[in-house]
Amino acid sequence: MFTSLYRIIKYGVQNFLRSSWLSAVTVIMMILGLIVFQSLIIFNVVTSSAVKSLQDKIDICVYFEPDAPEDDILLLKNDLENLPEVKRVGYISKEQALVKFKSRHAEEKIVIQALSELEENPLLASLEIKAFNPEDYQNIAKYLEDANYPIIKKITYTQNQLIIDRLIKITDVINKGGIAVTAGLAIIAFLVAFNTIRLGIYSNRRKIEIMRLVGAPNSFIRGPFVVQGILCGALAAVLSFSFFSPLISLASPYVTAFIPQVNLQNYLQNNYFTLFGWQLITGIGLGIFSSAFAVKKYLKI
Amino acid sequence: MEELQCYMFIVEFQNVYKVYNSRFTALEDVSFKIKPGEFVSIVGISGAGKTTIVKLLIGEEKPTKGRIFFNSYEVNKLKPYQLPAYRRNLGIIFQDFRLLPEKTVFENVAYALEVEGHPQRRINKLVPYLLKMVGLEDKARNFPRELSGGEKQRTAIARAMINQPQLVIADEPTGNLDPFNTWEVIKLLVKINQAGSTVILATHNKEIIDTLGQRVITLEKGRVIRDEQHGQFVLSK
Repeated sequence: MFTSLYRIIKYGVQNFLRSSWLSAVTVIMMILGLIVFQSLIIFNVVTSSAVKSLQDKIDICVYFEPDAPEDDILLLKNDLENLPEVKRVGYISKEQALVKFKSRHAEEKIVIQALSELEENPLLASLEIKAFNPEDYQNIAKYLEDANYPIIKKITYTQNQLIIDRLIKITDVINKGGIAVTAGLAIIAFLVAFNTIRLGIYSNRRKIEIMRLVGAPNSFIRGPFVVQGILCGALAAVLSFSFFSPLISLASPYVTAFIPQVNLQNYLQNNYFTLFGWQLITGIGLGIFSSAFAVKKYLKI
Repeated sequence: MEELQCYMFIVEFQNVYKVYNSRFTALEDVSFKIKPGEFVSIVGISGAGKTTIVKLLIGEEKPTKGRIFFNSYEVNKLKPYQLPAYRRNLGIIFQDFRLLPEKTVFENVAYALEVEGHPQRRINKLVPYLLKMVGLEDKARNFPRELSGGEKQRTAIARAMINQPQLVIADEPTGNLDPFNTWEVIKLLVKINQAGSTVILATHNKEIIDTLGQRVITLEKGRVIRDEQHGQFVLSK
């Protein structure tokens, strides 16, 4: 048992080293496939961050009449928080709204001067509502409109409905497009790596025939090819990751400039071993599956 | 009775037919029996059916009709997964040598023992002995691409002998060799036979057959036309 296993591993390593040209081609093609896989992971990180940041920008605000009692507003806040669609509700009192306004317009002296000349605080108290899903804003707005609270002066959803709907559509397209692109490229990358290994084994079909004629059992024929596949997959994973991670670090500032919420460098640092592990599992898995599958065809002679 | 037959004869072909694509008949009603220890030559011109007999005997192909026996095995009924174990009873030598190109001479010969799970110590003892016997002791570390045709064939013979098989099948083993190497290979086959193995030699080399003076089965257009104990290479006119 152990002697056979040792010999299978020995043959696999020997084949890998002695057919160095074929091994090199297989490793290069697998590197290309794995880089596509890695790129897809990063692509998904970027798109999901972009979608999240777009979704974070969507909210609805409810402005209250100037004389609306704070207790009634807080009661409504409580009601809203109990809605399953609502993620969080933030209360901004008239005073807080004034402080915010002043800090936002600190540079604009005329605005500040005009404000100080007014006797009363002209700003309104408001509730900022965030939903779990962008699609839920319509329901929340409808809930507020149907309840017909006399203290409510205006709801921004009706004013921003067009923009919100567009944002929902954009995030939806990015999500669905991302899945389609990922699936398509993943299939292409898999087929490239799989067919390279298959071609390698096709070129060895005569050797397999000889092994069969000498009386080698199938495990003895398939085993070394699987070991060779594992070696190619593992080497391809190590090389593609060593090439890809510096590339991510280089690209990170540019991506951050484009989408400020995305920091690829941080993502890479936090997920270094997970990413490498997946790369290794994918490479080795691909090597095992492709070799075992391709050899099977020639084991019937 | 059938069981008894199987053991009296090491090889038996019973009314074997092989038809390709329902049109080309490679073998037609071929029957013969071979006793243990015999040296049998199968002769005939190219296309007579010699290689088809070899392919059927090693289980590379199945007959269209008829039965083939090797000892207790009914070869025509063997499943693909049973073939490796069956073939380990045979030593097979081909015209094109069929050596594993990425293994050295030593490794090619050792391979047949390794797949059977023999311990390394035994392999290290047996392989040099056989390489010495075929005159390749100084080529053990060479790869097949570094050998001459004769050396390649002697490697293939060493590989065929390493398991001490009961039956050695040689299909045109001298087809790619010069006259000197041809006789070296034939001498080795005779030596194998003298050591106790049954030998089946498929060839169209008249000189070899006439010199051997052993049993000759002559094929013509897929049929056995002659089976003589001390035969000569004679084809019908």
